[in-house]
Amino acid sequence: MNVLVYLLPLALGLGLIGLFAFLWSLRSGQYDDLDGAALRVLEDDDVTPDRLR
Amino acid sequence: MGDVIDLSSFTRSRDGGRAEMDLALEGVSCGGCIARIEGGLKRLPGIDEVRVNFTNRRAHVAWTKGVTSPEAIVAEVERLGYGAHPFVAQQVEDDEAREANRLLRYLAVAGFAAMNIMLLSVSVWSGNVSDITPETRDLFHWLSAVIALPAVAYAGQPFFRSAFGALRVRSVNMDVPIALGVLLATGMSLVETINHAEHAYFDSAVMLLFFLLCGRYLDRAMRRRTRAVAGNLAALRAQTAHRVQKDGTVVEVPASSLRPRDTIIVRPGDRLPADGVVIAGTSEIDESMVTGETARRALKGGETVYAGSLNFTGALTLRITAAGERTLLDEIERLLDNAVKSKSRRVQLADRAARLYAPLVHTAAALTLTGWLLAGAGLHASVMAAIAVLIITCPCALALAVPAVQVVAAGRMFRGGIILNSGDAIERLAEVDTVAFDKTGTLTLPEARVTNAGLVARDMLETAARLALSSRHPLAAALAREANERRMFEDVSEHPGEGVSVEIDGRAARLGSPAFCDAVWTANQYGAASADSLIAFRHGDETAIFVVQQTLRPDARAVVQALRGRGLAVCILSGDRAEAVAPVAAALGIEDWQAGLMPGRKVELLRDLKARGKRVLMVGDGINDAPSLAEAHVSLSPITAAEISQAHADAVFVGQRLDPVAEALAISRDARRLMTQNLLLAVIYNAIAVPIAVAGLVTPLIAALAMSGSSLLVTGNALRLSFAWPFRKAEAGPPTETRQAKLAMP
Repeated sequence: MNVLVYLLPLALGLGLIGLFAFLWSLRSGQYDDLDGAALRVLEDDDVTPDRLR
Repeated sequence: MGDVIDLSSFTRSRDGGRAEMDLALEGVSCGGCIARIEGGLKRLPGIDEVRVNFTNRRAHVAWTKGVTSPEAIVAEVERLGYGAHPFVAQQVEDDEAREANRLLRYLAVAGFAAMNIMLLSVSVWSGNVSDITPETRDLFHWLSAVIALPAVAYAGQPFFRSAFGALRVRSVNMDVPIALGVLLATGMSLVETINHAEHAYFDSAVMLLFFLLCGRYLDRAMRRRTRAVAGNLAALRAQTAHRVQKDGTVVEVPASSLRPRDTIIVRPGDRLPADGVVIAGTSEIDESMVTGETARRALKGGETVYAGSLNFTGALTLRITAAGERTLLDEIERLLDNAVKSKSRRVQLADRAARLYAPLVHTAAALTLTGWLLAGAGLHASVMAAIAVLIITCPCALALAVPAVQVVAAGRMFRGGIILNSGDAIERLAEVDTVAFDKTGTLTLPEARVTNAGLVARDMLETAARLALSSRHPLAAALAREANERRMFEDVSEHPGEGVSVEIDGRAARLGSPAFCDAVWTANQYGAASADSLIAFRHGDETAIFVVQQTLRPDARAVVQALRGRGLAVCILSGDRAEAVAPVAAALGIEDWQAGLMPGRKVELLRDLKARGKRVLMVGDGINDAPSLAEAHVSLSPITAAEISQAHADAVFVGQRLDPVAEALAISRDARRLMTQNLLLAVIYNAIAVPIAVAGLVTPLIAALAMSGSSLLVTGNALRLSFAWPFRKAEAGPPTETRQAKLAMP
């Protein structure tokens, strides 16, 4: 059972990282425009015509 | 026109000489539009930040003061081919957004806690039937407690607050048994953990919160989206006014910045932005938005006019008596107050269930306690059994039963072009047995149409319609809608009170009154009755007469028949003259109609119907309909309605078709059926779970299975509604209108 000593903190730590990542993404407004984000990813304005060739 | 609108009331100043503004956008329909607007605006000098929000069709712009102006920004967006309407977000919308974000944080915390505690709990459950040592179990329970206590204290706040609020006014709502169940489950588990017991219920408490918060958040997100649409539409409809400054100059300002005692000029073709008294000028005005009456009224100095009326023939100078939110007849406001108060007394289905449920559950728990004590079980065992009853009956499924259906139904209505103002409107819509329509703008299209377009030669119609683009006269606006080519002719000269003229292909063309176009004889053939709705057109030697009239919504007849087919009584309550209402009633086959009704009389008629036990759905748009919309059991307004009517309608529908009315009724009836089913499912769940709890057989595993199982069952049942097929799809024809409606909304 000694394995619990580091398995439990590891499990909780991973969960907490997920929680804080979510809270951070919420605070930085990443859920304000879900439809727009889906479309912005398709923009290729940053690719110049030379690089396409 | 060349007028520059003063937009300073929409901008906010920030540090460092910067300013910012929000815009509601029109015509944004694809990802390319985002790039075009953001890229286009960034090319302007002085722009610091542009962010287009595609979800709610808005843009946030920040710039350096003095380098560019809000007017230039709006002009640039319009040059790019989109509509841009500055607006200031309303307080309610901000509150709604903040509340939704807070719920999402609660949800995240509850989710994290539920996952981790479940991880520990499953280990304990499997350990209990194999070889877990009591020390390890205690460690797991203590760890669960360390996670659960702060999580419950934080994520349970919305329920605790609401339950406390209800108890303070000596009433019971659904949150009372929820708060009690969660607190007891947590408290008892803590005591059991201290006593090295085999079972702890931390997982139940936290999972319960997680499920319930899901329901709350969905509900809130739905309402938030509705508010955003409503906010955009208000911005799109925002009017401007021409204000006469103290020094005599005329500036165009947003109507929202008008104040009483301002002097404004209303040009022909403009809607009156505020109530006022005529101090100069004569004209005819169309007050159908205010009274429902479609005949025009001649105006002279000293008369009082109301916001929403349409100015027809001449320029008017007004002194404003009431502006902004006070643009209303006093009587209408008084009627509204009464009606709104009477409606808020209605108790919603879920709360009715809660009032029945809470005492029942608490009695059951008390009986369990006394029963076990009398049967000779120890105090500890008896209390444990009683608490188990409270935990397992914690109305997770019951609390989800109604909101889950409401969210799905509201989503389906949204896709059908119906925007709900209040969530419980769905329940009230389902109970309707009588539908009362207003005529002007509801059964008929809000704008007049050319009714004889098909009888006029194609090229004549096109030339006349293009020429009509240059005129500000409201009748010309109806004709201009027929134009395919949206470009104006050049060098058009305007003859005030008569019409417009221009030279096309070497021949003189005139558009205006029959006398102006030398076409009185032709016009007389259309009869004198419709003389005020004729436009004449002359191009060289050819003449044409266009009849502009109110026309029925394209599917009005089909919708009325469909409503009848579903067993609903249909009637018309109109403020217009009998001669105008009778043909509409005849065309739609409605025998029960009343004309010439004042706003107060409409309300009386609705009260009569109510007294006879009828549940009335009122569909109306005018300012005169606002009190009856508030008085009726439930009400709908087209999106073109006066703002005050929209505010008091339970739902608003978009587009030119009337079928959203039928669809709203169909969806709400489906929804009502599912709500009842869901409540029944919750009752069945309790019928099975309570005896197990009373018998003292509830283990944490059973509690977790029962609770999540019933919640998922109820939510799954609610989702069935989103797959149901609208009842009249087959007869609706090509859904072009619906598609347009969808494009207009986020």
